[in-house]
Amino acid sequence: MAQHDYSDYWKENLKLLARCMVIWFFSSYGLGILFVDQLNIYQIGGFKLGFWFAQQGSIYIFVCLIFYYAWCMNKLDKKFNVNEK
Amino acid sequence: MDLKTLTYIVVGATFLLYMVIAIWSRAGSTGEFYIAGKTVSPLANGMATAADWMSAASFISMAGLIAFSGYDASVYLMGWTGGYVLLALFIAPYLRKFGKFTVPEFIGERYYSKTAKIVAVFCLIFVSFTYVAGQMRGVGIVFSRFLEVDVSVGLLIGMSVVFVYAVLGGMKGITYTQVAQYCVLIFAYTVPAIFIALQVTDNPIPQLAFGSTISDTNINLLDKLDEIVVALGFNEYTSGLKSKTDIFCITLALMVGTAGLPHVIVRFFTVPSVKDARTSAGFALLFIAILYTTAPAVGSMARYNLINTVQPGEIGTSEGNLLYANRPDWMVRWQQTGLVEFEDKNNDGRIQFYNDQNSKFTDQASKYGWQGNELKVDRDIMVLANPEIAGLPNWVIALVAAGGIAAALSTAAGLLLVISSSISHDIVKGILRPDISEKNELLVGRIAAAVAILIAGYLGFDPPGWVAEVVAFAFGLAAASLFPVIFLGIFYKRINKYGAIAGMLTGLLFTYGYIEFFKGLFLKWLGSPWGENIASNWLFGISPEGIGVIGMILNIMVAIVVSHATEKPPQDVFDLVDRIRVPRNN
Repeated sequence: MAQHDYSDYWKENLKLLARCMVIWFFSSYGLGILFVDQLNIYQIGGFKLGFWFAQQGSIYIFVCLIFYYAWCMNKLDKKFNVNEK
Repeated sequence: MDLKTLTYIVVGATFLLYMVIAIWSRAGSTGEFYIAGKTVSPLANGMATAADWMSAASFISMAGLIAFSGYDASVYLMGWTGGYVLLALFIAPYLRKFGKFTVPEFIGERYYSKTAKIVAVFCLIFVSFTYVAGQMRGVGIVFSRFLEVDVSVGLLIGMSVVFVYAVLGGMKGITYTQVAQYCVLIFAYTVPAIFIALQVTDNPIPQLAFGSTISDTNINLLDKLDEIVVALGFNEYTSGLKSKTDIFCITLALMVGTAGLPHVIVRFFTVPSVKDARTSAGFALLFIAILYTTAPAVGSMARYNLINTVQPGEIGTSEGNLLYANRPDWMVRWQQTGLVEFEDKNNDGRIQFYNDQNSKFTDQASKYGWQGNELKVDRDIMVLANPEIAGLPNWVIALVAAGGIAAALSTAAGLLLVISSSISHDIVKGILRPDISEKNELLVGRIAAAVAILIAGYLGFDPPGWVAEVVAFAFGLAAASLFPVIFLGIFYKRINKYGAIAGMLTGLLFTYGYIEFFKGLFLKWLGSPWGENIASNWLFGISPEGIGVIGMILNIMVAIVVSHATEKPPQDVFDLVDRIRVPRNN
């Protein structure tokens, strides 16, 4: 059987992964840890902003991020005709 | 109806439910026993994964940990959820495409090496037993407090229940009981949280409530909390004591460790397709997030309630503190378990609860006539005692007991299954007796599960002193050994067996050595810990909890260097990697 070349599919996947990792890193390590003191100057409701990202915001972003990745990958699978049938 | 009878009824009813599910979903083949025949829907698997993951520690201990350490406890919140992003993006879909039964099986095939497989089995068993001992202890605590039976009797009951559905049902039985257990535990966690949120702030949604104002005032709860804890000599609730480097490393070690835990990874082998594996990871984190975003709300309100109870009046006035004779019922009850202790150091008949370890606060405290902190509250009771502290009805308390047991049992069962399948499938079938029949392999799996339950029960009954300390090690180990080789196995074709084995051993030994050096694990008879466990002694200021990150980096570097210095992996390994990278190919 002829070997297909899936390298373009893989490259697009890696690009998507890199994009997601930037968001993942920024929302937790960035907003929740590294810049927490700067953000704590601001308040939303009764929360200091940095504290909120560390204990709430980052988790919401993680959930959305996984669904976003799954959605993009399903599109990518179809585009390269490698989706399961 | 009194609390004890009610608790028996609620806990008994949940046990009955688990049994019925177990009998209905018995496993008939190895495929069903190991991976539920790949027929679990992504939504059900998401719930099962959430129950599998959220252990006695998440349910019972985490909110208490947050209550007492405030911002610093964010490492657990971010670490134990952010790991799912890594799992969903880098591990789960590819191992699902691989389509076999266990994690060591993947490592063995990808690195064409029995040695690599054995090292992986060793890591898996160590990590899993560490964990399971903690679950069994959690079951014991809940039983002894709420059903007033001996810890050992409680353990035996818990072991028998797990025995029935793990041994009979295998992964299939475990999956569907975990779905039921998720429903029980999330209901038991959120209901009291909503009640307490209403009492403290008038806002019924816990996630919003702890950012709201305290009932009948216009002061924000967190601002008030910061103010009173500082006035009692504690550290401000919304900021931390740990260094940024350490927070960073602990969070990363927990995330990577989470993504490398075999009992979580293997859950994604049970769904029908790669696409389902991706979606299912999203559902899993969504279900986990419901508890993990509620926990910090519970933590802050529990801390506020506790301080308000013992310090009803102005701080520093002699009438400001609660009279010991007037202490509430829950305190009396928990004192019987030894998890709440009181000692009247200044003989004034009142309870003083403050931070006597803070040298800057000592003068202030002695001016108040305080001679040391008089109340010790074990942080593990915060969630269990919370409904009592808030004066909630008995059925809520009974529900919390059932929830704690569900959290512990579901995690224990998942762990016991990966232990038994790596013994029956990786060691017996994979190495010792490759020609074993499916029927006999299934029998070996069941026997291994039974033996694992007995060992786990023993560890829970008589926990060696080091159980608590090795939890950090379990995550460090998963982060420094299992995660990097799985990740590199998928994303870096050139890594060969020498690189993988050298990398795993480097990560393992380094992480183990560092924790042994500062905390002491198995070599106490040789005088460990050898180093004082304080920040100024740590390598780059990283605590033993966070050192898995350095172990992981070393693992990856060694794996790359060694692989490039030795021959390329064979062609069929390249083909294997190509195959798992794409959902459908020929």
